Amino acid sequence: MKPGGKRQIWDEYQKEIADDNYFYVRSCVRQNFFPGAEKTFFRYMKQLGRNVVENPSHTTCSGIGYHSDIVPFETAMTMVARQFALMTEAGYENFVTSCITSFGLYSEVLETWEHFPEVEEQTRIHLRNATGREFLKPKNLAHASDVTFKLRKEIADAGRYRLVNQDTGKPIRVVEHIGCHYSRMFPNKGVGGAEYPYVLVGMIEDWGGEVIDYPERRHCCGFGFRQYLVKANRGYSISASKKKFDSMKPYKPELILTNCPGCPMFLDRWQYAISEMEGTTYGENGQGIPVMTYEELAGLILGYDPWDLGLQVHQVPVEPLLDKMGIPYDPEKKFLDIDGNFIGKPKSPSFLKFY
Amino acid sequence: MGALYEKLRQDVRFVEGLKACLNCGTCTAICPAAEFYNYQPRKLVDILQTKDDEKILELLKSDTIWYCGECMSCVTRCPRNNAPGLLITALRSLSQESGYFTESEKGRQQLAIKRTVGHWILKYGYCLYPSQITPENHPEQGPIWEWEFQNIEKVMERLGANYQKAGPGVLRAIPQEDLDEIKKIFDETGGTARFEKIEEYSKQKAEEMGIQLDDGLKNDYIKHIYTAVNKDHTTGS
Repeated sequence: MKPGGKRQIWDEYQKEIADDNYFYVRSCVRQNFFPGAEKTFFRYMKQLGRNVVENPSHTTCSGIGYHSDIVPFETAMTMVARQFALMTEAGYENFVTSCITSFGLYSEVLETWEHFPEVEEQTRIHLRNATGREFLKPKNLAHASDVTFKLRKEIADAGRYRLVNQDTGKPIRVVEHIGCHYSRMFPNKGVGGAEYPYVLVGMIEDWGGEVIDYPERRHCCGFGFRQYLVKANRGYSISASKKKFDSMKPYKPELILTNCPGCPMFLDRWQYAISEMEGTTYGENGQGIPVMTYEELAGLILGYDPWDLGLQVHQVPVEPLLDKMGIPYDPEKKFLDIDGNFIGKPKSPSFLKFY
Repeated sequence: MGALYEKLRQDVRFVEGLKACLNCGTCTAICPAAEFYNYQPRKLVDILQTKDDEKILELLKSDTIWYCGECMSCVTRCPRNNAPGLLITALRSLSQESGYFTESEKGRQQLAIKRTVGHWILKYGYCLYPSQITPENHPEQGPIWEWEFQNIEKVMERLGANYQKAGPGVLRAIPQEDLDEIKKIFDETGGTARFEKIEEYSKQKAEEMGIQLDDGLKNDYIKHIYTAVNKDHTTGS
C-alpha cells in the first residue's frame, strides 16, 4: 500500500504522548470526590516502571473559577505559568494533568500564546513580578487518560481481570464519556480529536470490553460550571445527564467510563437524584449503571482491591460489575477505616439499590 | 462601532472567537444550554457582529450571557471557526468589570461563586474543598457524600489522601508561602480587582433591592441569589 491516503488523513487524529518522566498536577474535583483514583494512577505507573513526580507547592490552576468567570484570563494564565515554572524548576518537560478542565485551560493558554506572543510576554512579566519565577513551556502536554491510553496494552498484559462477563464469556457493555474540554476546543490535542475520540475506546477494547454507541454519546454531562455551582441553576445540569441516561438505557450499558473528573461525579450523583425525584433507575433490577474513572478501571484490571481504589465512595454501587467480572471483594470491609474499624454505613437511597 | 465593542475587542478571546458568522445555526443545534434555556448562541454572535453598542449594553445587563455552560461544543462545530463560548467569556468579563452583571438574576449569582470558589482558591489553594461542600447546599450528592462529609478525615485517610497534612498527595495542605504567591498573582493580574468589583457592585445592588448582605455566606442576599428563580429562563418545552 502506498503511504499517504487514509493513513495520512488519520495522522491528524494521532497525538504524541511522552513515554516516561511526567510532572503531574492534580485535579480539584478528583481529589474531593475520587481521591483513590489519583492514588491509583501513581500506583500503576510505578508498577509499570514509569516515573511520575508532583510538587506539593502546586495548586489549583483556577480553571473552575476561570470558567465560572470570576477569575480573569490574565490571572488564569499566570496561575498556569506558575505550574509550568514548578515543572521547569524540577527539571521536567512532560506535563500531565489529572483534570480535564485544567487540560483544556493549559491548551487554551498555550494556543493563545502561539497566536498572541505579546500575551505570553505579559504573562511572563506578571509571573516574575508576583513570584520571581521563570518557566519553559512543556515539550509534551498530556492528560493522565492519554498516558493511561498509551500504556493500555501493558496494563492488559499485567492484568488479572478483563472486561468480560465470567458467566457468559461475553464482553462487558461499556459506554464511554469524554470530558468536553478534552478536545472540543482543540481537537488536535486529544487522541482521535473531537469527532472520533479514541482515548477511552482504546482502553475498553484492549481490556476486553465492548463499546456501545448511543445517540447522545457526545452530549455534555451538564456540569456547565456556574450551572452546577449555583443551586438555582442545577436544573441545567441534571437535565443534561438525564438526556444521556434516557438515551443510553435501551442499549443496556453495564458500565460508564469517563476521563474527566467532574463527569463521573455528575453521572453517578444525578442517577441518585433522578431516582429520588422520579423513582427511575437506569440499570437492571433497581440498580444504577456503575460509573468509573479510567484509573479505577485500570486498577480493577490490574487486580487491586476495589476498596483500595475508593469504589466505596460511589453513590451508584459497583458490586454488580465486580460480580460480572469475577473480581473478589469483601462486603464487610467496604466501610472500614484504615485501622479496620467500622466507620458506619451510609443511608440507603429510597429507590436506587444499595449494598 | 461603539466604546463597548471596542472594549470587547481588547479581549484576545473576543478576537479569537469572532471571525465572520454566516448565521447557519449549527452552534445552537449542538448547544446544551440552548436545549434548556431560552438561549441561542447564533443570535448572540449575530448581535455582536452588528457592533451596535446599544444592543451590546442590553446583552451585558441580561440573563442571556449567563446561560452558557462553557462546554465549548459550539467551537468544534462552527464551520467558520467562530467560538461563541469564548465570546461569552469576554462578555461576562466586561459585564463584571462594568457592574452590569447585577442587573440580571443570573448575573447577580457571581457574588455567590466569588464567595465560595473564589474564596477557596485563595484560602485553600483548591477550587473545591470537602469541608465546604455541605450536604445542606448539595442534597444531590446523596447519602454517600453525607457519610463522607461526616467522616471526612477517616475516609480520606483510608483512600490514601494526605488531607490537610504537609507534603505531596491528595488534598495536602498547600504551604502558606504558596498561597501567598497565589494572592500576589491575583493582585498583579487583576484577579483581586475583579473580586473587589463583584463585591462592590453586589453591595450596591443589595442595598437597592433592600436585601440584607454582610461579608459572609449566611445572609439574605446570598441565600436569594443562590436559590432564586423568579422568572422562566427555560425554553418551556
